Amino acid sequence: MTYDPSPDVVEVIRQPSPNPAQSVYRAFGETLRGLKTTFMRIPEGTATIQYPEEKTPVYPRFRGRHKLHRFEDTGLEKCVGCSLCAAACPADCIRVVAAENTPEHRVSAGERYAAVYEINLSRCIFCGYCEVACPFDAITMGHDYEMSDYTRSDLIFTKEMLLAEPIERTPLRREGE
Amino acid sequence: MTLFADAYFFEPWWIQIVKALVIFVVVLIVIPILTVYERKLMGRLQSRYGPNRVGPFGLLQPLAEIVKFATKEPFKPHTSVALIYRIAPMIALLTGIAALAIIPFGDVQHIGSQRVGLYGIDVSIGPLYVFAFAGIAFYGVMLGGWASGSKYAFLGSMRTAAQLISYEVSQSLSLIGVVITAGSLSLTRIVHAQAGMWYIVPQFAGFLVFFVASLAEINRPPFDLVEADAELVAGFNTEYGGTPFVSYLFAEYMNMIVVSAIATTCFLGGWLIPGNPHVPGWVDPLVVIVKMLLFVTLFIWIRFTLPRLRYDQLMSFGWKILLPLATLNVLVTAIIVGS
Repeated sequence: MTYDPSPDVVEVIRQPSPNPAQSVYRAFGETLRGLKTTFMRIPEGTATIQYPEEKTPVYPRFRGRHKLHRFEDTGLEKCVGCSLCAAACPADCIRVVAAENTPEHRVSAGERYAAVYEINLSRCIFCGYCEVACPFDAITMGHDYEMSDYTRSDLIFTKEMLLAEPIERTPLRREGE
Repeated sequence: MTLFADAYFFEPWWIQIVKALVIFVVVLIVIPILTVYERKLMGRLQSRYGPNRVGPFGLLQPLAEIVKFATKEPFKPHTSVALIYRIAPMIALLTGIAALAIIPFGDVQHIGSQRVGLYGIDVSIGPLYVFAFAGIAFYGVMLGGWASGSKYAFLGSMRTAAQLISYEVSQSLSLIGVVITAGSLSLTRIVHAQAGMWYIVPQFAGFLVFFVASLAEINRPPFDLVEADAELVAGFNTEYGGTPFVSYLFAEYMNMIVVSAIATTCFLGGWLIPGNPHVPGWVDPLVVIVKMLLFVTLFIWIRFTLPRLRYDQLMSFGWKILLPLATLNVLVTAIIVGS
């Protein structure tokens, strides 16, 4: 059977081959243009961020490690142990055990407080639903992204760790950066 | 009767040995510096730093790499031909070093009571000697690929063979123009003949051909079809690792130094400075090294600019453009010099 290209086979139209002298001239010119392009990178300087010494700045709405908050005036925790964040969490990484506030032992502003508040960061997907679910803005997503550790149990962050200020602050991106 | 070639100038045997050691040691020290220079420059050309972690400014990077390579397990594929598999990298390295022997780094100097030529030896066959060793270096690559006992390594070495043979022709022809103009094959005499004008001006076509053919000869991009690390299997050194692999790497950089030195000697006037000011003798090697560095920088710059050629383009470029150009250059030079 002979090969019969069907009528819908498109004939490729190529540009006419340039004359040799012209193409040599063009290749030479393009070569020099390429050399100029790479050379101009030197005066421009480098775009590298030297990571461990210098951190990549993040946007204000960057979703990093969670933070728990206190009221600034009274110092009481905002979290009332309602477990809405745990309910909203798609990765099921938040564990809340609530306890009643007593007049002698007052931890939060509401009726109850979170006796245990743990986030398993090795499960967390940083979706930010906990932040959305929280009725008191007690939990927000911070800016820290350096959370690697050597054991899995070290990645379960307790309430004290989440309440504490981060040791090293992650730089924020400046306007227009 | 001379057996191989005349030596125009030579010293007592002990100076010869000292000179050989100095040249050898200096070049072997220069090569690691060259690798770090290449990587720093390539970083800058790509808007990044390059290695900067090991030692001050990353200058100890090659040391770390040598330690890394040297501590690798020596291995060989069970299909390989053991003896040749081991010898091939040494051939590649030794030929590169041998070619250094005739590179002139300066004129004859008076050191103490001795007259010392700042080169290994001044022979009457200069460029021929270099090309002879380039021809043997090709065995290092070829045998290495074959003795690995691997199909891909063998295919890679065939690829290398085709490329090296094609470009060796144009490379040698492009130097003939220089030899005709200078009227001598001795590299020091070629340099002395350039006192009036460096040969890059009258032999510009020859220079271009030599430069491009050299890029192909030393397997630098855009002619690095030999390795073609991005698209093909690594070529003849597929089965090599550890120190034998470093030998090949060293050989490559050694060839780069040799080619830069030949280009400096034959086209940029060796140790001569424009205007021929009277300078003390110790400046000569510095001048040569600066000019060589110029070529090395150009090689690196081109490496990170131009994309690799396709194989058919490589062949047609070598045979259809470079070779006619080199031949024409020789003919025109011969006619002008002869008339």
